[in-house]
Amino acid sequence: MTRRTGAVGYLLLLPTALWLILFFVVPFYSLLATSLYDPAGSDFRGYEMTYAWGNYVDVVQAYWQPMLRALWYGGLATVFCLVLGYVLAYTIAFKVGRWKNLMLVLVIAPFFTSFLLRTLSWKLILADDGIVVDTLQFLHLLGEDGRLLATPIAVVAGLTYNFLPFMVLPLFASIDKIDHRLIEASSDLYANPVVGFFKVTWPLSLPGVVSGTLLTFIPASGDFINAQLLGSPNQRMVGGVIQSLFTDANDYPAAAALSMILMVGIVAMVLVYVRRAGTEELL
Amino acid sequence: MIGRWIREHLVLMLGLVVLAYTFIPIAVVVLMSFNDPASRNVYRFDAFTLDNWTDPCAAEGMCAALGKSIEIGLLATLGATVLGTLAAFALVRYDFLGRSSTNLLIFLPMASPEIVMGSSLLALFVASGFAGQLGFWTILIAHVMFCLSFVVVTVRSRLAGFDDSLEQAAMDLYATPAQTFWRVTFPLVFPGILGAALLSFSLSFDDFIITNLNAGTTTTFPMYVWGAAQRGVPMQVNVVGTVMLVISMVIVVSGEVASRRRTAKLT
Amino acid sequence: MSQVAERPDSTRGPAPDGAPYDGLRLRAVTKTFGGFTAVDTLDLDVPRGSFFALLGPSGCGKTTTLRMVAGLETPTSGTITLAGQDITYAKPYRRPVNTVFQSYALFPHLDIYENVAFGLKRRKASDVDSQVRDMLELVELTSQVRKKPAQLSGGQQQRVALARALINHPEVLLLDEPLGALDLKLRRSMQIELKRIQTEVGLTFIHVTHDQEEAMTMADTVAVMNAGVIEQMGAPADLYENPRSTFVANFLGQSNLIPGAVTSRSADVVSVDMQGVGVSIPPARSHTDGDRGWVGIRPEKVLIGAPGEELDAPGNTIPGGVVTDVSFVGVSTQYLVRMPWGQELQVFQQNTGRHRLFHVGEQVELSWRPEYAFLLDISQDALAGAQKGDDE
Repeated sequence: MTRRTGAVGYLLLLPTALWLILFFVVPFYSLLATSLYDPAGSDFRGYEMTYAWGNYVDVVQAYWQPMLRALWYGGLATVFCLVLGYVLAYTIAFKVGRWKNLMLVLVIAPFFTSFLLRTLSWKLILADDGIVVDTLQFLHLLGEDGRLLATPIAVVAGLTYNFLPFMVLPLFASIDKIDHRLIEASSDLYANPVVGFFKVTWPLSLPGVVSGTLLTFIPASGDFINAQLLGSPNQRMVGGVIQSLFTDANDYPAAAALSMILMVGIVAMVLVYVRRAGTEELL
Repeated sequence: MIGRWIREHLVLMLGLVVLAYTFIPIAVVVLMSFNDPASRNVYRFDAFTLDNWTDPCAAEGMCAALGKSIEIGLLATLGATVLGTLAAFALVRYDFLGRSSTNLLIFLPMASPEIVMGSSLLALFVASGFAGQLGFWTILIAHVMFCLSFVVVTVRSRLAGFDDSLEQAAMDLYATPAQTFWRVTFPLVFPGILGAALLSFSLSFDDFIITNLNAGTTTTFPMYVWGAAQRGVPMQVNVVGTVMLVISMVIVVSGEVASRRRTAKLT
Repeated sequence: MSQVAERPDSTRGPAPDGAPYDGLRLRAVTKTFGGFTAVDTLDLDVPRGSFFALLGPSGCGKTTTLRMVAGLETPTSGTITLAGQDITYAKPYRRPVNTVFQSYALFPHLDIYENVAFGLKRRKASDVDSQVRDMLELVELTSQVRKKPAQLSGGQQQRVALARALINHPEVLLLDEPLGALDLKLRRSMQIELKRIQTEVGLTFIHVTHDQEEAMTMADTVAVMNAGVIEQMGAPADLYENPRSTFVANFLGQSNLIPGAVTSRSADVVSVDMQGVGVSIPPARSHTDGDRGWVGIRPEKVLIGAPGEELDAPGNTIPGGVVTDVSFVGVSTQYLVRMPWGQELQVFQQNTGRHRLFHVGEQVELSWRPEYAFLLDISQDALAGAQKGDDE
């Protein structure tokens, strides 16, 4: 449609743009500055700006394990979310007819309960004497002393669960747009359902796959709640390190440096995506 | 025969299984709200009781934290919904320079990890000298910030599907631009705005990571739960969780039922 | 440049004599979108109380013109006056003009009553209730008064859109292809309805359409538009029988266009050497001054007969035709006849039962009365306006 021009457009956008610039963009400068403070300071005595780029080196040396773990757990969780989410999105888009909207609502509803409470519930479900562990031990998938809690399995399971909607919704939006008649046409042209899926449905749903992956992987790798509640210190992710550097160790420069690294990585990923797909698809 | 039924309905079955999976922890939350724990530190179902429900505020500090969360939630929702709706109108209806940058600016908060957004806000507040004043207002600022993007996206998609010949018809029928907006545009966009507001409230209410870093001595409900998780979770938090679930399901399902009934009357 | 100003039955009304023109008048109206000119220096006079049709293919500028009259677009240059008042830049809500939109644009969140009452309420009219009820009776929708638009059929929605516009008694009622979404039978009955209402209510209707049958059936005056200009304007019969350009000749009905060289011109007749056969054209029906021209004759005016046969209405006779196609269409039989110079001509013969039918391969002679032929500018495209199948 034809858009109007004029000052009104800028005026309407201004408050939001200002708020985001002031409280999303500008803080990153503060973050950068903080990351370059002299690590010898503290928030009591104040920090001295010494352009300590060395902070970054120190921080990577000390915490490369949680960083890699974050990428690894986040990546695994994203893959699982993709599989589960695709099944769910596909079902809702194609297999439930007029119940589509209700199902969509049901997918989102559980996530209106507190994130923390849901994760605590998983702690209960995956407990050592709980039904899941018992069943797995019975099936000899888990050893006599085996546990799920305090292992990477629980953490990844928690991440997958908690970030599922971030994958399902963009996927659904994309899959829902696919014209059913295309699949009928492929069937008419001798493609069985499996081939039809890979040749027609999957390629057409790719925009949703990509945006769902971005929206899942990024927050998941930065999360620390799942690791903290469901894992042990051996499963600590970089998000948890940042958190404790701020609140427990009060080591602001180090925390800021880690945050910056995380952020730069993410912005890079988003920019790669944007270069290929443009920005209109983002929203 | 049965093999054929399975093949035809396989995907549907799988989909329903995944859906059921999303409800498992919720069932636990509801269940635990009726729990009478034998010990504070072991999170396990011991005995059934209604005490948690009859006396929800027995958990010390919980109701205060709950009140704070609701207060912040309402204000953040108000701010984010108003600002975000205006921005959505700008994006859909107007041409302006810097559209790509704006889209990117609005997208990034949705994709950024909370820990990074929380850290940078903290860095800002500390660097600006507000380290001692972390609390209600800094939390509110942060909440409006991350809710804005979601409001913009929700309202924008509703607005993008709007038939503009309706506005032309209104003007053709002697409605001034103001009258056109309030009598035609707004009523039709309102469901989207309402949905954005609800989404906003739940995002604000449930936020932990960003809030925790910028809260100072103020305590919100998620912060309370986190603290309790280390010390021993009072079962009343599950009462709150269940109530949240029920309220949101009621709102959402009744909205669905209402629109179904409206469509049914049409046929 | 609009070709209209040069012709005798021009679109301009009588020269200004002090009293303002009481109908709708467009002068030199132009609309450009970026580099594209949608409407090019258009001049138009629509008499008050007439049923006027603006006819043309998609993209010819007719809808843009309509929207400029409604106020939904602003002309790039030119003026629009209504009963003497300049409304060129007036906002749509300040013009005494209402529109029936192609998609109806009924407000989905209001019921029929509120939709129809909308314009009255904005103008703070008194006596809204009785006016709404009267109007609903006029369009026969009294029983649907409290329903929402989505609950009505296409034909009913169309009537609501009409009622919603009519109730305001505008100076001019604009209809933007309002019957396009209806099926054939409904469309036919609505055409009659609209004509009846217009006669009863006495308002000026401007109807935009691409359907030439619809335009000719309903309108008192038809203007054929092509690429932003009006090619010809007049009563439907005048346009049909005496087209002035190949576009009009092809767009309204069908025409055979045969190239020929003008041999002589006099006050009574223009003689043309048409592929070796001498044909005559009345001067009033000759629309070119050049040495060559398109000789035009409508298929239903062409008589087909065996070689040497005496025809009922002798006139220009062209021998040497061979029938290449015969289509029986019930009402008529349509022939394609290949002439000695290679061109295939169309002949429609009504199945009165009095003529014999010809078969493919038969030798025939074609003939027509000179007063039905017309002569057009040879530089114009012989295929202009010809509709290929269903898309235009």
